[in-house]
Amino acid sequence: MKAGSNLEKVLTAGYFAATGELGPPQSADTAVIEKKAGYLKGYVDAVNITDCQTAVVRMSSMAVAVMLLRLGLEPTMQMTCRDRNRIAIQSDLLGAAALGIKNLLCLTGDHQVFGNHPTAKNVFDLDSMQLLSMVKGLRDDRRFQCGDEVKGPEPRFFIGAAANPFADPFDFRPYRLAKKAKAGADFIQTQIVFNVPKFREYMKRVVDLGVHEQCYILAGVAPIKSFGAARYMATKVPGMDVPDEIVQRMKATPKEKQAEEGIKVCVEVIQQVREIPGVAGVHIMAIEWEESVAEITAQAGLLPRPAV
Amino acid sequence: MIIAEQKPLDEIKSMIADYQKVLILGCGTCVTICFAGGEKEVGALASALRMATRLDGQNKEFIEATVQRQCEYEFNEEVADLIEEADVVLSLACGIGVQTMNEQFPNKLTLPGLNTAFLGQPVEQGVWDERCQACGDCVLYLTGGICPIARCSKSLLNGPCGGSQNGKCEVNPEIDCAWQLIYDRLQALDRLDLMMEVKPAKDWSTSRDGGPRKIVREDLRLTFVEEKQS
Repeated sequence: MKAGSNLEKVLTAGYFAATGELGPPQSADTAVIEKKAGYLKGYVDAVNITDCQTAVVRMSSMAVAVMLLRLGLEPTMQMTCRDRNRIAIQSDLLGAAALGIKNLLCLTGDHQVFGNHPTAKNVFDLDSMQLLSMVKGLRDDRRFQCGDEVKGPEPRFFIGAAANPFADPFDFRPYRLAKKAKAGADFIQTQIVFNVPKFREYMKRVVDLGVHEQCYILAGVAPIKSFGAARYMATKVPGMDVPDEIVQRMKATPKEKQAEEGIKVCVEVIQQVREIPGVAGVHIMAIEWEESVAEITAQAGLLPRPAV
Repeated sequence: MIIAEQKPLDEIKSMIADYQKVLILGCGTCVTICFAGGEKEVGALASALRMATRLDGQNKEFIEATVQRQCEYEFNEEVADLIEEADVVLSLACGIGVQTMNEQFPNKLTLPGLNTAFLGQPVEQGVWDERCQACGDCVLYLTGGICPIARCSKSLLNGPCGGSQNGKCEVNPEIDCAWQLIYDRLQALDRLDLMMEVKPAKDWSTSRDGGPRKIVREDLRLTFVEEKQS
């Protein structure tokens, strides 16, 4: 065991993992976190806590992760390179480990131009690859990025990374995933999969490179709430690949039934990706629709979650 | 070269509001080439300011001059008389020129008429793109001659990120994805092996992060020669 987290145990025991996601509030409200945690508890093995996603100021990932621990859920703290240099990141990692956080997802981070403080100065001292190396070095070599030894207990994380199989250049994406595994990723959570054939082709190349044996790959999935949301994701979100047939399927569904249809599409994607060699689990991103996770996991046959 | 662009006229007007006699001083090097602060732009700005201040009922005087390189004392010395005679200098040089003037003529305030934008290249008539961030530790040998520090929105050394689509950057469809360019170039050179290695964390101490930078070449210093001779 690298960190001994529930997620790590589920994956190493060979279970098909299911993780969820919780977006912290844009306030100091704790009630909303308790409410969202309630929607996820028992339905997933770990819950990602986003780190000011889309560069909008939100409650800190570490703070919410600790709240989740208190509520009896296992958090996966997300850490981006946008707002912190290597000094701040390592300091936060020591703190997070001390507070009992065991899963860490390493990201470069959305550019601040997308958020609510577009005039901010960004950091990007490290990129996600270098962040992975640093976290692995802290854990396995007990060394800070500068080379100094960690004197005392080292921060031990089950290390995650993201991958977008749908971004360009497609041919390089499997190699980039291999780089992340080499840099230190123990598990991968992908961009939301809607285009299953393209993901299948990607995974074939990943398996040919043997990357699935170096890290656990969780396919990202998400329910679409409405035709409008489907159209928005298909046309406005960079790096998203929503096939037209899904957009049309949502369009053809009466408005009051669209949410239900969106859940159905999500369940179908889960069932399809589950059959793809090298896929070790799913990461369900039902941001601002956390209450759908119970139904998605039930319909997809992912319940009960294993007790390991 | 250094790419700059003129500040908005209203901002310039408010900067010079308290001065009567204004020397507009252009620079004959980078900012001439990028049509921001050469002799021609000095003339055009002087005309625009004469007209604008006259309409505002002011009676300001504008003197026009352009030196070859405003970032070097010897060229500015040539217009010392004009500087002396003006109440203020409005420089159309880059930020380096403006600071050189303020250092060299401490009794005279020199104002910036331009915004210094970046180190770049004219890619077509009227279009300039950033090319170098002067990080002080060139990585172009690893990236097919395309700079990820200056040209990737997140300065990634292990790109492209998940926001690269159709050759464009997620930050803005006007920006080419630097890592797509690097990938294409390395593929053409049959050097994709350079993209397979994890590039370690960069040493930013040679960049602005290490504080204001300075280069001292003892072999070129006059004091060095003097010491040797003595």
